Amino acid sequence: MSTSSGTPESWISSFCSLLGHEYFAEVSEDFIEDDFNLTGLQTQVAMYKEALEMILDVEPEDDDDDDDEDDDDEEDASGDGRDGPRAHGERRHNRVASDLSVIESSAEMLFGLIHQRFICSRPGIQQMSEKYELGHFGVCPRTNCNQTRALPVGLSDIPGVDTVKLFCPSCLDVYVPPNSRFQTVDGAFFGRTFGALFLLTFPEYDLSRSGGESAANLGRAASADDQINGMRARNIAPGLGRGKIYAPKIYGFKVSEMARSGPRMQWLRNKPEDVGELDEARYFADEHAESDDDDESMIAGHGRPTTRRRQAGSGKLRRGQVQNGSPMAVEANGAESEL
Amino acid sequence: MDVYGSESDSDYTSYWRDWFISSRGNEYFCEIDEEYLTDRFNLTGLNTEVLYYQYALDLVTDVFDLDCDDDMREAIEKSARHLYGLVHARYVVTTRGLAKMLDKYKKADFGKCPRVMCNSHPLLPMGLSDIPNHKPVKLYCARCEDIYNPKSSRHAAIDGAYFGTSFHNILFQVYPALVPAKSAERYVPRVYGFRVHAAAALVRWQHAQRADLRRRLRRLDVESGFQDAESDPDGADEDDEDPDANALDDTALTGAAAGAATVMQMTMLRNAAAAAAAAAAHPGSVA
Repeated sequence: MSTSSGTPESWISSFCSLLGHEYFAEVSEDFIEDDFNLTGLQTQVAMYKEALEMILDVEPEDDDDDDDEDDDDEEDASGDGRDGPRAHGERRHNRVASDLSVIESSAEMLFGLIHQRFICSRPGIQQMSEKYELGHFGVCPRTNCNQTRALPVGLSDIPGVDTVKLFCPSCLDVYVPPNSRFQTVDGAFFGRTFGALFLLTFPEYDLSRSGGESAANLGRAASADDQINGMRARNIAPGLGRGKIYAPKIYGFKVSEMARSGPRMQWLRNKPEDVGELDEARYFADEHAESDDDDESMIAGHGRPTTRRRQAGSGKLRRGQVQNGSPMAVEANGAESEL
Repeated sequence: MDVYGSESDSDYTSYWRDWFISSRGNEYFCEIDEEYLTDRFNLTGLNTEVLYYQYALDLVTDVFDLDCDDDMREAIEKSARHLYGLVHARYVVTTRGLAKMLDKYKKADFGKCPRVMCNSHPLLPMGLSDIPNHKPVKLYCARCEDIYNPKSSRHAAIDGAYFGTSFHNILFQVYPALVPAKSAERYVPRVYGFRVHAAAALVRWQHAQRADLRRRLRRLDVESGFQDAESDPDGADEDDEDPDANALDDTALTGAAAGAATVMQMTMLRNAAAAAAAAAAHPGSVA
């Protein structure tokens, strides 16, 4: 899908096929060509226009001073700005090698930032879900997560802060990718939003499909399709809770938590026996304190109307009403138009 | 027993153990002392577990001098590796074994915790079963107290029984100073900066659990081991905790909790199962 460059492969697909770039989705050119999607990126990327041309495989134009051009082309960088250089392609001069490498790195930065926005859009998140199903992002290293497939996320939306991490939907924790080649990939190219948004966009994914033990993990009252806090009950951290917490033992005896070396972190891998307990809104409605009693078993059937009532109160009625299908589809749309 | 003077086959020269621990994929093993291997008491019961037990032992101790064909050789070699692993599980809980494994732990020979919030804390190898050929080796992180699969498939194929279920816990009983400070830092899923309700509710619940734990420990006058102040990166999460959670900062362990009171309070522990056994092994307790 290369434009006028004549190379067999577009810059985008060659970038995505580089070693270490396996997590990237191929951002569609339509997405990049829509100026709206690039709002604010001019200020974040040096040599913005050249970088954009490189991403879109447009022949670079080299006849004007860079700074002036950047200002001029802010509005029409992807409109006229793209056609212009193509027409004047033959006027291009040889760029200095160092210049090219600067543009190349700018292009990578720009592409990454566009990518961060793209994977939160509808076509982008769709593409990522295909990659997810193919297992492109690897699996959670945690033993009790049973090879749950992970999602690439960043811990910051600002480039240069941290590298890409893997978010495990089963234990809701983040891990360093096993292969060191991913330690050169900026986390901001995926962003903080994608991991959580993915789970909200595709609530029907069976995250706990590795084995029937997930069924045992469910609360008695919560049936598989019950919704709690806007997620399917069985998809709320299926890798946590009883039976999924490591209990240290010495010669078969549990190490007491009174010991200096006793367990201190089990809360991190814990979850209520009955996930219905997490329905804080219902507790509030029933005028109970949130941490009132862990053992109190609740009937999920009671929870739903209350939840809905509360959602209605907070203006989220439409979300509550969508019972089948994706309740978050609305939000996905919202996300898209936000870009 | 004279070892280094043995006249073993030329291609399988002496120092079988040197070769074994330095060969690829065996990075998790430490070298077992000669004296330990040659003390029959330490090998009690292994002769029924290992084929060609005597030959395998001879090979491990570098006194092997049997003339046999390659198939036999291969079988004995395999047995020797199995034997070494089983003795290894016993050796690493001895004083010398612990010290050797501690060195490797400090050098992070077993890898580093993949969990981001653990900041590459070194791992320890462990088994989920003490019976051989049941479960492959896993890696234990003392900071998040969870177990992880080894990155490399070479390591993932090692039998967990070669390290055992107790070793890593014994290590921290013996060297309590090495127990890393625990951190309440954790990842909170967000969408455009907003916490996701389902996950945030779980986080709040977990934080309440942690507050409970710290309250229990404070009541028992036991050091909780958490980093002094609650160090959540986003202070917003702290709002969700019980107001006194922050007051639970660790008071220094001053020992001397009255035994009777301790027993009474123990009944208050919610997970009573955890209470019994290892309290005795608790190094700081005077009870």
